[in-house]
Amino acid sequence: MATSASHMELVCPAGNLPSLKAAVDAGADAVYMGFRNDTNARHFAGLNFDDTTARAGIAYARQRGRRVFVAINTYPQPAGWSRWQAAVDAAAELGADALIVADIGIMDYAARRWPELRLHLSVQASATNPEAIRFYHENFSIQRVVLPRVLSLKQVQQLVVESPVPIEVFGFGSLCVMVEGRCFLSSYATGQSPNTFGACSPASAVRWQETPRGLESRLNNVLIDRYTPDEPAAYPTLCKGRFRVNDRTSYAIEEPTSLNTLALLPELQAMGVAAIKIEGRQRSPAYIKQVTAVWRAALDMCRQASHNYRPRADWLEALQAVSEGSQTTFGAYHRPWQ
Amino acid sequence: MTGLPRLSLGPVLYYWPREILLGFYERIAQSPVDIVYLGETVCSKRRALRGDDWLKLGEMLESCGKEVVLSSLTLLESASELGALKRLCDNGRFMIEANDMAAAQLLSGQHPFVCGPAVNLYNAGSLQVLARLGMKRWVLSVELSSTTLESLQQQRPAGLESEVFVFGRIPLAYSARCFTARAANLAKDDCGLCCIDHPDGLLLETRDQEPFLVLNGIQTQSAKTCNLVGALDDLRRLDVDILRISPQSDHTETVIQTFHDALHGQCSAEDAELRLQALVPTGSCNGYWHGGAGMDNRDPQAGRLD
Repeated sequence: MATSASHMELVCPAGNLPSLKAAVDAGADAVYMGFRNDTNARHFAGLNFDDTTARAGIAYARQRGRRVFVAINTYPQPAGWSRWQAAVDAAAELGADALIVADIGIMDYAARRWPELRLHLSVQASATNPEAIRFYHENFSIQRVVLPRVLSLKQVQQLVVESPVPIEVFGFGSLCVMVEGRCFLSSYATGQSPNTFGACSPASAVRWQETPRGLESRLNNVLIDRYTPDEPAAYPTLCKGRFRVNDRTSYAIEEPTSLNTLALLPELQAMGVAAIKIEGRQRSPAYIKQVTAVWRAALDMCRQASHNYRPRADWLEALQAVSEGSQTTFGAYHRPWQ
Repeated sequence: MTGLPRLSLGPVLYYWPREILLGFYERIAQSPVDIVYLGETVCSKRRALRGDDWLKLGEMLESCGKEVVLSSLTLLESASELGALKRLCDNGRFMIEANDMAAAQLLSGQHPFVCGPAVNLYNAGSLQVLARLGMKRWVLSVELSSTTLESLQQQRPAGLESEVFVFGRIPLAYSARCFTARAANLAKDDCGLCCIDHPDGLLLETRDQEPFLVLNGIQTQSAKTCNLVGALDDLRRLDVDILRISPQSDHTETVIQTFHDALHGQCSAEDAELRLQALVPTGSCNGYWHGGAGMDNRDPQAGRLD
């Protein structure tokens, strides 16, 4: 479903109350947050909201006319079911504007228990085609879908036309090379995955070690990368390590780059994308403030004069400075990436 | 506990040449496997066999007493892939294994279907929704444990069959990118179908030369082979209906025979374990079943549930 070009919404991450305020103050139309447990896909120590901060955050956004989405986007197993159910109830009772959900059982529960509550299909539900979206729309009345970061621009355009609900796409932040919700690499190595635990390559499994061959990063003892003194070391996200294939060592799965679609905004707007999502609930309030401000300015300029729109050099510099590996890419939106 | 679980053969996850595939299924027809899943689940560019070829193979296997299920593509992005999926769902003859919600949507209320391991069903609520829509059988997600399965079995809707992936390199991830092409310095659009050179996938090792993963086109698998032959007693106690063996280029019939013998008490679990250990390319694992990291390999005796 294409959305009117003047309403492309900026959806920004809030890992805590200061970040939520930073995003709202810098011009986010909506912020998304999660609770302090494994019910969301950024289950990191010290991150996320309890009842008090969630209440304060929702009030802060609401007073300024912005919306708050609550991510409950991991997959509950029977032993944890009541925790997810409680998260849905809490978000509904707090007055969240929408839930971002991935699990069929949770959608079924939310749709029956809170029929008035908006549901957005999380990227973790891996909906990459109109039939899959139709499944969630017909069964649970989802009202928006967040697309996996694996589709090309042409594929996004096709989906905007054919989807029964508006489309949200990722614009900026870390890049998953795998289809979200369909990647078990992390649990294969550590026992914990985004689906089951809300974290990929969890910090508790990371070990750094100086060796005669260089600084090594390991994940549950699996060597993810090794650095010479002049190489900058990166967090050992499993798919972004260097490995040997055919006796050659390289980034065999994905380079440590991040996604930046600032230059694609006019195309995304013209095709009728409803919202641009910024990744990064784990990032600092300062990061959120800077990234949100740049995207606010870009969206405003694009809306006012899309034919004259060009990303400004100072925006790109500001984003480049905070990007992972200091390299950005169009990701899958740019077909050669695939 | 009711009867013995049946054995199934999952779809061939690799790109094998036409003659190899046809010969393989000729042999499978004579093996003691009960259910055969047929079709391409990984990449729509692989066309060693066309739709009609798969249907003919299905008829041949059915005439040899096998139940046949047609497996569908896992990552559907293009209109042509959806078109092929629709034709498959309308085949009018064989049940479909849905590996994406698109297939579940097309089959809902129309035909009974199986949900494959790439459909995320982690709780009873999810099972109930799909069962209402026509799901007859589901394959446990490869990352879930026996503890979770036990709860799911206790709460599963009446008549719903359960299937567990018990042998094979584990499908772990899907991407829009082709890692086999990337390793050969080829663009995905111009891959030359180079995955045909890797009948068990392309090994990825860590920099200290430990086998870790296997690249299979857009799919990433475990280097270690999942082997739950040591958990047969638990699988029976949990009333699992079907045990899935995933094809590998060599010894698949021996693997099937070994599971069959172990199930029928014709060899001990220990002997079966030893036999299978000799047949896997880079070691075995069973960690997911025991609730740990998938790559772990617990001693089946020590890890036995009570």
